[in-house]
Amino acid sequence: MSRKKQISKFRYNIYAILSVVVFLILWQLIVSLGYGGIIPSPVVVFRTFLIKMTDSRPDGSTLPTNILVSLQVACTGLFLAIAIGVPLGWLMGWYKGIDRFVRPIFEFIRPIPPISWIPLTIIWFGIGLGAKSMIVFFASFVPCLINAYTGIKETNKTMINVARTFGASNFKVFTSVAIPSAMPLTFTGIRIALNSAWSTLVAAELLAANAGVGYMINMGRSFGRVDIILVGMVSIGIMGYIFSYVFKKIESVVVKWRTV
Amino acid sequence: MSENKIQVKNLTHAFGDLLVLDDISFNIKNEEFVCVVGPTGCGKTTFLNLLTRLIIPTSGEILIDGIPADPKIHNISFAFQEPSAFPWLTVEENIAYGMKIKKESKDVIKKRTDEVLNLLGLQKFRKQYPHQLSVSSEQRIVIGRSFAMHPDLLLMDEPYGQMDIKMRFYLEDEVIRLWKNFKSTVIFITHNIEEAIYLADKVIILTNKPAKIKEELEINIPRPRDIASKEFIEYRKYVTDQIKWW
Ligand SMILES: Nc1ncnc2c1ncn2[C@@H]1O[C@H](COP(=O)(O)OP(=O)(O)OP(=O)(O)O)[C@@H](O)[C@H]1O
Ligand SMILES: [Mg+2]
Repeated sequence: MSRKKQISKFRYNIYAILSVVVFLILWQLIVSLGYGGIIPSPVVVFRTFLIKMTDSRPDGSTLPTNILVSLQVACTGLFLAIAIGVPLGWLMGWYKGIDRFVRPIFEFIRPIPPISWIPLTIIWFGIGLGAKSMIVFFASFVPCLINAYTGIKETNKTMINVARTFGASNFKVFTSVAIPSAMPLTFTGIRIALNSAWSTLVAAELLAANAGVGYMINMGRSFGRVDIILVGMVSIGIMGYIFSYVFKKIESVVVKWRTV
Repeated sequence: MSENKIQVKNLTHAFGDLLVLDDISFNIKNEEFVCVVGPTGCGKTTFLNLLTRLIIPTSGEILIDGIPADPKIHNISFAFQEPSAFPWLTVEENIAYGMKIKKESKDVIKKRTDEVLNLLGLQKFRKQYPHQLSVSSEQRIVIGRSFAMHPDLLLMDEPYGQMDIKMRFYLEDEVIRLWKNFKSTVIFITHNIEEAIYLADKVIILTNKPAKIKEELEINIPRPRDIASKEFIEYRKYVTDQIKWW
């Protein structure tokens, strides 16, 4: 990294930290001056956060357990969505036959909002890992597939012709030209999937769960514990942030040619 | 084997009602450098696409070494008019790409990649990606990639269309260097008459659409050629008179 880049990155970090600090100070100030209503101060929330690390009250699980449960659901659903959605999108983009075969089912499923699957999956799978993973799957499968598909469709025609004139088989053109060229959009799809995975996960946990961060938030509401609700929300924010950070790192390795 | 490497027989092509190529026949000798000149939109690109079977001709035949042209059998490379270096491959991976398709051995790939990088003077950039280089270098990668295959037939579609004069002179010498080194048979499309006469053993002049062959002209000037020499200017004047596109 060049010196100039390092400096600008350092500046960026300073600003980021500053904005968080200012936010916390304002929050504290508003509560201290008595304008906060039911909202507890950040100090209280932080204390609850520390207590929740080991205390399972009031919802029945400690914060780490809740996070782990949520993570497990999110990862299972997301992993399946990527593992099925991305290759299927690529294949549909390249092979007309597969496209024609899958498209009617896909077009039917696509407009159904992911959370409307919740009642069905509860009856079907109960309220365990399976049901919620399924919902997360539905939410993230669609963007994975669509973007992988579009990525293939947008492959530069000339580059396909380069491979063809070199005598590459259709499959070889697919793997050596279409897929690499679809990678950036595929990752865009995965990033969108990541977001919708989180939002549907929390929705699912609010409705059907006995552990997890969303469940904890809901219990916080039942017990009138705003601090618990806030701890849950902050945890989700942080997890979401970590997830996108990790994926960005993976992306910058896989589509290195884009970032250098 | 006949002396003619490439035989084009009565090639005709129409897009629907639009007749683009009208009964074109000619031969190309082994290791010959042929330039095709013709006005914009007359069907030059279509002609190359027919040679590589990207488009199937309405009628007529193209033989390479006496066998109907087929990219799966023959070693054909095509430097397209549009930028076509793969952005996701490094410079050296781009150059090796065609050889990998042809399943050349690792040693051959390595040897020829080095050879091309040396001839192009791009050794320093071998690990870089095309977009990190200038537009002209990107085009040079494409041309290097084409020569590295040791093609039976190398097609170039106005590869230097976007370049300024100075770069063109440099690249034209470079293409001659690559051609001599790799002993390829080349069809080079251009609408720059000077470029055609500078490069070619033989110039094929096409008419306006629908394109026919107006004339096949051998250029008998020893290389390296001097564009200011008397014979060069005479050739240029002659071809210009033949064309009169305007
Ligand atoms: N796929 C196609 N379908 C219908 N018409 C086409 C198609 N491809 C080319 N044409 C037409 O055929 C004619 C010749 O096109 P072509 O691209 O071969 O010309 P060109 O000589 O390469 O032109 P340029 O000098 O601009 O590169 C043009 O009139 C073009 O509009
Ligand atoms: Mg053209």
